[in-house]
Amino acid sequence: MLINQFLLLGAAMFSLGVYGVLSRRNAVLVLLSVELMLAAVNINLVTFDIALGDALAGGQIFALFVIAIAAAEVGIGLAIVLLIYRNRHSANVDELDLMKL
Amino acid sequence: MPVIAVTAADWFGEVENWVFLVIAVVMVAGSFRVVTSPNVVHAVLALVAALGASAALFLLLGAEFVAWTVVLVYIGAVVVLFLFGIMITRAPLGHETALSHPLRVRAGAALVSGALFLLIGGAMLDAFSDRLIDEPAAATRTADLGKSMFERFVIPFEVVSVVLLAALIGGIVLARKDPEPGVAGEVSR
Repeated sequence: MLINQFLLLGAAMFSLGVYGVLSRRNAVLVLLSVELMLAAVNINLVTFDIALGDALAGGQIFALFVIAIAAAEVGIGLAIVLLIYRNRHSANVDELDLMKL
Repeated sequence: MPVIAVTAADWFGEVENWVFLVIAVVMVAGSFRVVTSPNVVHAVLALVAALGASAALFLLLGAEFVAWTVVLVYIGAVVVLFLFGIMITRAPLGHETALSHPLRVRAGAALVSGALFLLIGGAMLDAFSDRLIDEPAAATRTADLGKSMFERFVIPFEVVSVVLLAALIGGIVLARKDPEPGVAGEVSR
């Protein structure tokens, strides 16, 4: 197996996540796309860990940290979306324009 | 990482590469559905497919503990959290065109993400072409992972636990309903 096949797959998934963050209007779906980007980074971390044969397995451990941080991020993010929905009766990111000139 | 010239015939001769191709197709198709699906619940289910494919990829690489952690934490917990979020914010469950920005914004987003993919992919092809992963079948033992986690990486591990606690408290504080202004001084019931 080539390293590049995994890296390119991770890059494709990350780019799709970027597209989702930029193009989605619903805040929950924006968070969903952020999850895609985090999962793509995990693929890179694990691939390099296996390819380099790291004795400490640092790449895999950092992938586990990324998973834990992603779980925290989803919890806080959804709480914020819920709060915005309660206050503005909408979860669309383009209607949150209070700070716009 | 041994440096060996690989021909296409060599590449397609390996069984792992065919497994990889199946996983890659599922992953890219799932990711594409996540960002384009007109139905919110379908987008979440497509995320399950994409994350399941990434777990299969970790199994292919021999990172078993990470693979099952992805299944448990991502597919088990995060996806359920997303479904809760969708239900609570009453996002339109049927077909709805307004889930994405208009075509003008989406074209710009496609341009940006395509350029990003070309940049990352070009840099990786430039730097790592013809590098092979040797011995992909040797799985990482979970015991080694745990030993490394609790010896070398124990301080980051503890910091992550503090982060999770802060996120837990923050989530509760943000999501709970504020008490009525008139009864703020009373004992809560």
